[in-house]
Amino acid sequence: MSGISPKDVAHAARLARLALSDEEQAAMAKDLEGILGHVESLNAVDTEGVPPTLHGFELSTPLRPDTPVEPMDPALAVLNAPASQGTAFLVPKVLEEEE
Amino acid sequence: MGQAESLLAGGLAEIREGLDRGDATSSEIVEASLARIEKTAALTVVVSTRAESARAEAEAASKRIAAGKALSPLDGIPVLLKDNIVHAGEPATCSSRILENFVSPYDSTVVERLQAAGAILVGRANMDEFAMGSSTENSIHGPAHNPWELDHTCGGSSGGSAGAVAAGLVPIALGSDTGGSIRQPASFCGVVGLKPTYGRVSRWGLVAFASSLDQIGPLGRRVSDCAAALQVIGGHDPRDSTSVPELLPSLGNALTGDVEGLTIGLPEEYFVEEGVDPAVLARVRDAIAELEAAGAKTVPVSLPNSPHTIATYYVIATAEASSNLARFDGVRYGRRADKVEDLEDLYMRSRSEGFGAEVKRRILLGTYVLSAGYYDAYYGQAQRVRTLIRRDFEHAFEMCDVIATPTMPETAFALGAKADDPLSMYLSDIYTVSANLAGLPALSMPCGLADGMPVGLQLIGKSLDEATILRVGDAFERRTDHHAARPPEIA
Repeated sequence: MSGISPKDVAHAARLARLALSDEEQAAMAKDLEGILGHVESLNAVDTEGVPPTLHGFELSTPLRPDTPVEPMDPALAVLNAPASQGTAFLVPKVLEEEE
Repeated sequence: MGQAESLLAGGLAEIREGLDRGDATSSEIVEASLARIEKTAALTVVVSTRAESARAEAEAASKRIAAGKALSPLDGIPVLLKDNIVHAGEPATCSSRILENFVSPYDSTVVERLQAAGAILVGRANMDEFAMGSSTENSIHGPAHNPWELDHTCGGSSGGSAGAVAAGLVPIALGSDTGGSIRQPASFCGVVGLKPTYGRVSRWGLVAFASSLDQIGPLGRRVSDCAAALQVIGGHDPRDSTSVPELLPSLGNALTGDVEGLTIGLPEEYFVEEGVDPAVLARVRDAIAELEAAGAKTVPVSLPNSPHTIATYYVIATAEASSNLARFDGVRYGRRADKVEDLEDLYMRSRSEGFGAEVKRRILLGTYVLSAGYYDAYYGQAQRVRTLIRRDFEHAFEMCDVIATPTMPETAFALGAKADDPLSMYLSDIYTVSANLAGLPALSMPCGLADGMPVGLQLIGKSLDEATILRVGDAFERRTDHHAARPPEIA
């Protein structure tokens, strides 16, 4: 691991579905380089044989009775949709029409 | 000042006594709270109110209380919610442009419990966007101002909740704490802030930032206020699968005022002169001496992995955030960009226009540390170091009942002072993030002033043992009057 380049930032931005201007990309690369420089110190820690901690509190998977409950009213669920039709969310067409 | 105003200027206990004695009604207290919120609007600590509903609920509470049928110690008491805790029919902007018009279709568990206890939810508090920040400056509502010094920050990310309690707008506010976001602003504003054990309070209806670290908790004037609020909001919730099944004990009974025989651990890594304001360290040492005078013993303990906590935290928190914030895509809720070309363009532009710079920075960092080729070196390693940090606490707690540290290495900083230096902002979380990484309960309470600004003492407890840190904090309050210090009256 070494410094993070504007190209790395562009790749991460693409994965995260963020569009950055060239200016933003350069500024982010500089900020992330500083932060990752600090994070590099973790490499020096000996973690041979140490299990990862995944949760804030170790719990086995909780079980509950399989009882049906009222779901949220679909009319409420689409209340915040930027575009909706009935109880469906509207998005731009994903598939092109056949020629 | 009228009766209701002077009760409100006290804290939960004063208001409760006043209500139960009939010196004022809940309606009068809520009216006084709403008036004070309006009067102090320039602080930008409150971002929305629900005056009409609050008045109607207060009227019902006033009748219950007059009939001697109060539902709980919070019945009729005005309470504020951080703007990332959802309440049906109310906004939850999370201080983000992407949620500026969002109205929640459902209630969080804490809202259900507060309302079942009769609390009157008067409004919503300012915060850093999606709880990412330490200053409540990353907000579409504008920066929150510290009531003690208006050109200073309230801290963050629950800065509005802390500032509102400090300015006497409400006796109790809820916040959320992922790396110190309740305790740090509590320290900066001179109030008490409690982050319970991870899983103690349901996260159902808390907008997720970093799911293995996030925890809701109360801020109040006094330790006993926070104990009363936790009693209402805490306890198992089947809707949150990370909610702990253990029963919450009666916290009021824990507040005995007695610390005789308790052992307080002092981490040697945290009591070094380097990197901390000497006046802050002096106040914290005075506080520990006071607890010793009250009969507590102190022992040095070691948390050898302390130098790695910030790096571990910022890898784990941003990784989880990058995943959690993927849901904001302009499709089901939130802001959608105009005139999009296709679905991909809709995602890209809605997110890019909707998120602020700090949120983008953290999403990018989180995406990078999770990306192919880096995953194990960054995220895997951080999770293993997290285990070492947790073990440090397990070892330390073999020798003591609570651990005491400063909450912050400094007092509140000036607005704008760290805006261009994210790393410096992150590094000041040094004393708070470890409790989140280890899942432990921790509180911050006022322990005096340094150059006229509040200093916070942090008490960290064993897992699920909120009772002991509350007991120690309450005993400290009974012997001192730091909690009575108030910011200058806001003109």
